Amino acid sequence: MQDPQTWSFLGLPALLWIPLLPLLGSAINLLIGKWLGKPTAGLIAVFAVGAACVLSGLMVFKGLFYQPSPEAPVLWQAGGITQTAWSWLEVGGFKAEMAFRLDSLSAVMIMIITFVGTWIHIYSMGYMAHDKGYHRYFGYLNLFTGSMLILVLAANLPVMFIGWEGVGLCSFLLIGFWYENDAYAYAGRKAFVVNRIGDFMFLLGMFLLYWAVKSLDFNDIKNASNITVLHDSVWGPHNSHVWADERLAAAAGICLFGGACGKSAQLPLFVWLPDAMAGPTPVSALIHAATMVTAGVYMVCRLSFLYSISTTAMIVISTVGLLTALVAAFIAFAQTDLKKVLAYSTVSQLGFMFVAAGTGNYTAAIFHLGTHAFFKACLFLGAGSVMHGMEHGGSTTPGDITTMGGLRKHMPITRATFLISCLAISGIFPFAGFFSKDEILGGAWAVAGHGTPPGWPSAFGYILWGGLLIAALGTAFYMWRLYFLVFSGNERSEAAKHAHESPASMTSALAILALFATVIGFIGVPHLEMLHGIPSAFHALSNWLAPAVQHAWIIDATHTVPIGGEGSDTMTITLMVIALGIGAFGILAAWALYGRGPSARVAKWVEGPLAGPYEASKNKLWFDEFYDATIVKPFKMLARGLFEIADRFIIDTVAVNGAAFVVSLFSRLSRWVQNGQVQRYLSGLVVGAAAVFLVTDCHRHPAFSITRHGEQLALHAEPGAGIVAPNVKLHWHLDGTTDCSMEKDKPSDPPDLTVRRGDVAGRVALCIDDAIGRKMTVVTAEVPTEETP
Amino acid sequence: MNDLLFDVGYGHFLVLAAVLFLIGVAGVLIRRNALIILMSVELMLNAANMTLLTFSRMWGDQGALSAHTFALIVIGVAAAEASVGLAIVVAVFRGRRNVDVDKLTTLRH
Repeated sequence: MQDPQTWSFLGLPALLWIPLLPLLGSAINLLIGKWLGKPTAGLIAVFAVGAACVLSGLMVFKGLFYQPSPEAPVLWQAGGITQTAWSWLEVGGFKAEMAFRLDSLSAVMIMIITFVGTWIHIYSMGYMAHDKGYHRYFGYLNLFTGSMLILVLAANLPVMFIGWEGVGLCSFLLIGFWYENDAYAYAGRKAFVVNRIGDFMFLLGMFLLYWAVKSLDFNDIKNASNITVLHDSVWGPHNSHVWADERLAAAAGICLFGGACGKSAQLPLFVWLPDAMAGPTPVSALIHAATMVTAGVYMVCRLSFLYSISTTAMIVISTVGLLTALVAAFIAFAQTDLKKVLAYSTVSQLGFMFVAAGTGNYTAAIFHLGTHAFFKACLFLGAGSVMHGMEHGGSTTPGDITTMGGLRKHMPITRATFLISCLAISGIFPFAGFFSKDEILGGAWAVAGHGTPPGWPSAFGYILWGGLLIAALGTAFYMWRLYFLVFSGNERSEAAKHAHESPASMTSALAILALFATVIGFIGVPHLEMLHGIPSAFHALSNWLAPAVQHAWIIDATHTVPIGGEGSDTMTITLMVIALGIGAFGILAAWALYGRGPSARVAKWVEGPLAGPYEASKNKLWFDEFYDATIVKPFKMLARGLFEIADRFIIDTVAVNGAAFVVSLFSRLSRWVQNGQVQRYLSGLVVGAAAVFLVTDCHRHPAFSITRHGEQLALHAEPGAGIVAPNVKLHWHLDGTTDCSMEKDKPSDPPDLTVRRGDVAGRVALCIDDAIGRKMTVVTAEVPTEETP
Repeated sequence: MNDLLFDVGYGHFLVLAAVLFLIGVAGVLIRRNALIILMSVELMLNAANMTLLTFSRMWGDQGALSAHTFALIVIGVAAAEASVGLAIVVAVFRGRRNVDVDKLTTLRH
C-alpha cells in the first residue's frame, strides 16, 4: 500500500481536500448560487460536506490497515499523517507551513464534524426551503464546516488560527443571517466581538509559545518539553527545561485557554452563545454540536502535552469549567425560550468538558464532546422542528415554551428523538451521555486520589466532583422541565393545537442523530475488572485516542506522574450509581413540578420564597447588564470621545478641511500671479533673482583664521566673498598694528602664512585692500593660547 | 577735488551699471506702454554691456578684447531684438488699437 504521507488526489495532498471540499462548495454557492436555483444550491452544499465526510472516513479506514512492516506500529499509533500543502509564511526565522495532520484525535473530530454537519445540511434543505437567502445560507454553512475542518486538521498553531478565525467569522455571518432584524444583527456582532477578545488571548499564547520554542508545530512544542535550556531569570541564569519549570507553560496555557473561553463559551466570555440562537436553528445546531464551540475543548486536548506540564493552568481550566457548568445550569432553570434553554445547557456541558480537560481526562473531554455533538444536534434540530411546527400552527413567538404543551400528539417523531436526547443529556443508562458524563465525574474523583498532578490541592478533585454532580442534577432538571413543557400536558395556545410534524428531510436527520445519541456511548465503556471479557471495541475511544493525548503529568524532563489512576470496580460502580441516581432524581423533580404543564405550586414558589433566585436565573445573573455597565458603556464613551476629538476635530477639521484651506490659499495666491500680464511674471523673475543673491554667500564678511600647532601658527585669510574677493590685496600685520595706510600700492602677501609663535605679538591684523571699491578693511584676531584640536 | 574728478575706479562703473540696470527693470515692470518697455529693455542690455566691459578691464583683459567683442555682439543682437520687438508692437497695435500691456493678458490662457 502506498505510504499514507503521500496520499494525494488530483495533485493535491489528500488531507487538503477534506477542508477544501466544503470551501469549494461555499465558493460555488456564494459566487454563483443565486443562479443555481434552490434545490441545486442546497444539494451542492450537502454534496460538498458529504464528500468530505466520505473522504475522511476513507482516509481513517484505509489508515487502519497501513503498517509499513509487521513489527512497526500501525499508522494511528505512529502519529498519523502529516501533509504540507505549501509553505505559507516565511519571515526571518519564523516559518508557518500550510500543514495538516490527521492523527487519532483529529480523526475523531473530522468524523463528528463532517457526519453531524452533513445531517445538519440535509435538515437545512427542508428548514430553509422558503428563505430568500438560501444560497447565501448554504455558502456560509459550508464555509463554517470548512473552517472547522482546517482548525482540527491543522498541524501548527497558525493554521489552527485560520480555522479559529474562520469559524468566528462564520458564526458572525450566520447568527446575523437575518440581518434585517436589528436584534439579530447585534447578536451576530456580539458573538464576533466577544470571540475577538478570546482570539486576542489565543494570539498572545501563540506568540509566547513561539518565543519559547521557536516553532509552532504541535510536535515541536511537544518535543520541547524534553529540551533543557539556559534561562535568564530574576534569580540569575540557571538550567531548566524550556518551560522554565511550569511558568511558561502556565502563562501560554492560560492565554490559549482564554481563546478557548471565547470560542467554547466559558466564563467570563460565554455571553455570546445564548444570543447566538438569533440565527437559523440549524446554525445553532452546527455551532453547538459540530463546529465552533468544540474548538476550545479540542484545542486544549490537542495541546494536552502543554497543559500536563502546568498544574496552574489545569486548576484554572477545571475551575472555570466547573463555575461555567454551575452558572449556566442555574440560568437555564427559568428561561422560557426553547433555544435559550438549549444554549445554556450547551454552555453547561462545555463546562463539563473543560473540567474533564482540566483534570487531565482528555479522553473523557473528547468523548463527551462527541456524544454531546450528537444529542445536542438532535435537540437543536428537534427544537427547530418544534418551532417549524409552531410557526405553521400560526405562532408569532415559536420559541416560547409557555405557549406549547401537548406537542407529543402532533409531532411524534420529533418528540421521540427529543426524548432520547433528553435521556442522553441527563446521563441515563444506556444513552450516550451516561458513559461520557460518568467518565468525566470519575476523572474528577480520580485526581483527588493517587493521580494527583504535582501541587494540586488534594481536596480539589472532590470539590470538582461534587460541583459537577450538582450541575448534572441541574441539567436533568431543566432539560426535563423543557421536555415536559413542550410535549406533555395540554396545548396552551391555538398554535400548539395546529402544529404538525416536519417534512422527512428534517425528521430523517433527527432519527439518525437520535440513533447515534443512543448507541454512541458504547465506544467508551469504562475499564472495569468485571467487564474484562468484553470485546475491546467497547473501549474503542480511549484506546483510539491514546497515541494523541497525554497520559502523564510532566514534572520535569525526566519525571512524570500518570494521570488519574485505575480505581477499583466498587468505587467506579458506586460513582456511576450516584451519578445515575442524581440524573433520575432531577428527572423526577421536573416531572413532579412540570409533568402536567406549569403547576400552581411552581408559580407560588417563584413569587414567594424562591423569588430572589428565580429573578436571578431569569435575568441570567445580570451578566449582560454587568458587562454593559462596566465594559460596553465606558468603551462606547471612549469611542464617542475619540470620535469627536480624533475623527471630527483632528481628521475632519484640521487634516481634511485644513488641507483644502491651504490648497485654496495657494491657489488664490497663484491665481493672483497668473493674471496674464507679462509684468507680473517679470516681477517674479526679479524677486527670484534677488533671492538667488540672498541665499548665495555674497554676504560673507572678510576674516582670517589662526590655528596653533605647538609653536607653529598657521594663518589663513578669508577675504570675503563675491566676484571681487579673489582680486584684493592682503597685508599681514604680525605686530598687531591696525594702521593700513602705509600698505597702499604694495604687492599682496600670500593668503596662507605659517609663522613661529615667538615672531608674533598677542594680536594679528590683516589689511584687505579692495582695488575696485577703493576701500581698505582691517580685521584683527587674538593669537590662541590653547592648542587647536 | 582731484579725487572726485579723476580718481574713478571699477566700483563706480559697476555701480553705474547696476543703477542703469535697475532703472531698466523698474521701467519694464512699471510702465504700461510697450514701446517704453522695449526702451527699458535696451537700458538693461546696455547696463549689462557696461558690466562686461568693466570686468574685462578689471581682470586685465586689454589685449584679447574678448569682452569688447562680446559687447559688440550684444549690441548687434539688441538691435535685432529691438526691431523684432517693435514689429510685434506694431502688429499688436494694428490688431488692438493700443499697446497697453495691461490689456494684453492672453498669456494667461
